[in-house]
Amino acid sequence: MNIHLIGKHEKDPRPCRDGLALTLNEMMAADPSICYVDCDLMSCINTKQLRKNYPDRAFEAGIAEANGAGVSAGLAATGKKVFFHSFGAFASRRCDDQIDMSAAYAGLSVRVLGSDAGVSAAYNGGTHMPLEDGGMYLSIPGATVIDACDYDQLASVTRHLVEVEGVSYTRFVRKGVIRVYGDGSDFTIGKGVTLRESGSDAATIITSGIMVDESLRAAEALAQEGIAVRVIDMFTWKPLDEELVCRAARETGAIVTAENHNVTCGLGSVVARCLARNCPTVQEFVGVQDLFGQVGPQDFLMDEYGLRAANIISAAKKAISRK
Amino acid sequence: MNEKKCKVLAAQIRLETLRVIHALGFGHVGGSMDLADLMAVLYGEVMRFDPKNPRWEDRDWLVMSKGHAGPVAYATFGLTGYYPVEEAYTLNKPHTRFPSHTDRKLTPGVDLTTGSLGQGVSTAVGAALGNRIDGRDNRVFCIVGDGEADEGQVWEGFHFASAHKLSNILFFLDKNGYQLDGSTDDILPHGDLAKKAEAFGLYTQEIDGHDVMAIYDAIQKAFAHTDGPSCIVLDTIKAKGATFAEPKREHSSQPSEELWQEALAASEKALQDIMNS
Repeated sequence: MNIHLIGKHEKDPRPCRDGLALTLNEMMAADPSICYVDCDLMSCINTKQLRKNYPDRAFEAGIAEANGAGVSAGLAATGKKVFFHSFGAFASRRCDDQIDMSAAYAGLSVRVLGSDAGVSAAYNGGTHMPLEDGGMYLSIPGATVIDACDYDQLASVTRHLVEVEGVSYTRFVRKGVIRVYGDGSDFTIGKGVTLRESGSDAATIITSGIMVDESLRAAEALAQEGIAVRVIDMFTWKPLDEELVCRAARETGAIVTAENHNVTCGLGSVVARCLARNCPTVQEFVGVQDLFGQVGPQDFLMDEYGLRAANIISAAKKAISRK
Repeated sequence: MNEKKCKVLAAQIRLETLRVIHALGFGHVGGSMDLADLMAVLYGEVMRFDPKNPRWEDRDWLVMSKGHAGPVAYATFGLTGYYPVEEAYTLNKPHTRFPSHTDRKLTPGVDLTTGSLGQGVSTAVGAALGNRIDGRDNRVFCIVGDGEADEGQVWEGFHFASAHKLSNILFFLDKNGYQLDGSTDDILPHGDLAKKAEAFGLYTQEIDGHDVMAIYDAIQKAFAHTDGPSCIVLDTIKAKGATFAEPKREHSSQPSEELWQEALAASEKALQDIMNS
């Protein structure tokens, strides 16, 4: 792991999806065993270039996710390293049984990519808003679940996904996001990243995806009030970096999880399970509170569902008061 | 094509399929027994495989998309040297390598895991695509039930296979006319399955699924069609050769021991009759 932090809150002019698309394009040039299957959404994540550059290995399954997932598993059975993409809502709900039985249960490695994570589905609305996708993949035995936060993290994760055995699910935002990490940052799947810590932290915010920047803002605001908090980017939800979670719990005594996902079945849930088993600690859950998505700009949705630094600040204070 | 040898193998497969299921006393007899003639032609005359090296890269693949027909596959694999067929008498017992639905992680000879219906069509298509990418000249044989064809995924897979002109895959539609709750005409009538398969771009033939010569000839015709995927609709009798299940076209059966013994004796006699013919 080799991380460079930007330390500002500036939007990256590069669309996040290109961290995936351009990296995959390079990988496919170097490794002829990599295949790519999409469900009529290549244009949305700039992977049409893969079909153009590698027409024998990049396929359109059309708007048929169940078949696309199965074809991916069949390709994997012939030794191919397969990436399979659809919008997160459909890469989970629409082909859950296929990924579960044809790939995971069958011991075949398929790297599922779910774009438009959570409220970033914005103008496509509630029907397209995956708030349970991570939970569905968490429920598959042995699956790896990742919520990437920016271009460079997504690029690094993409490079490492070929090393992951079994089914993996990576959720990400298509468009421009706040840049957290600098060029060349390299992540280890399964290891959380401590972004901020001190010897006097009163709580730890464990977060991922678009909530990383909100969490950093929250930590900065709390510092202004004299409250030091630790921030961990737990981009791998499963397998969870339990050692890092437990150390944060022991050293800070209060946990806040912040996720762009339903709190009933996501990052907060896996952290809570880890805490309950190893080091019971007060925890507050920032995220979508068991609600469906809805249509609107992402900024509106983040306000509407309480996915803001302000919500994290309140949750941190509450957690500290419960110690 | 040695017709008599093939008929003998089919009768052996029927007998061993019954024995495999009899070991526990109940199971999916109907959908297994009707495939014995097809399996005999495939493993006796058509397919390229090496029982000592089940994952040989150049092998032909078998995908039993109607995964509940596992017992007929286990009987066939046992009879063709993958393992002593008696091993399959552990069907569905704790820690067996022979679960009710075919599992690529457990059983030598099983190429893809099936059970949730419709899914084997897509994975078979993916395997055919992968083999084609690697320039292999092997084939994928995928067996689909007519009840299974209720699943939309079957048709998604056919659509994809024909769109990608996968001439290295051959589908068999086992038209036995029955599914779990009754006849396919009563549950969800398909109309003309062969015409539908043809409409999805598959080169399609419909034949008597118990005539080994007709099966063999149809497979050769399918091989001669190199523009895309093919399909053979097999008109079959569900549970054929299982005396307790055939009259009612049972999907799953749990007969008395007396009825089991009657069926096993009849199957043994059928085998002897063919051998003596």
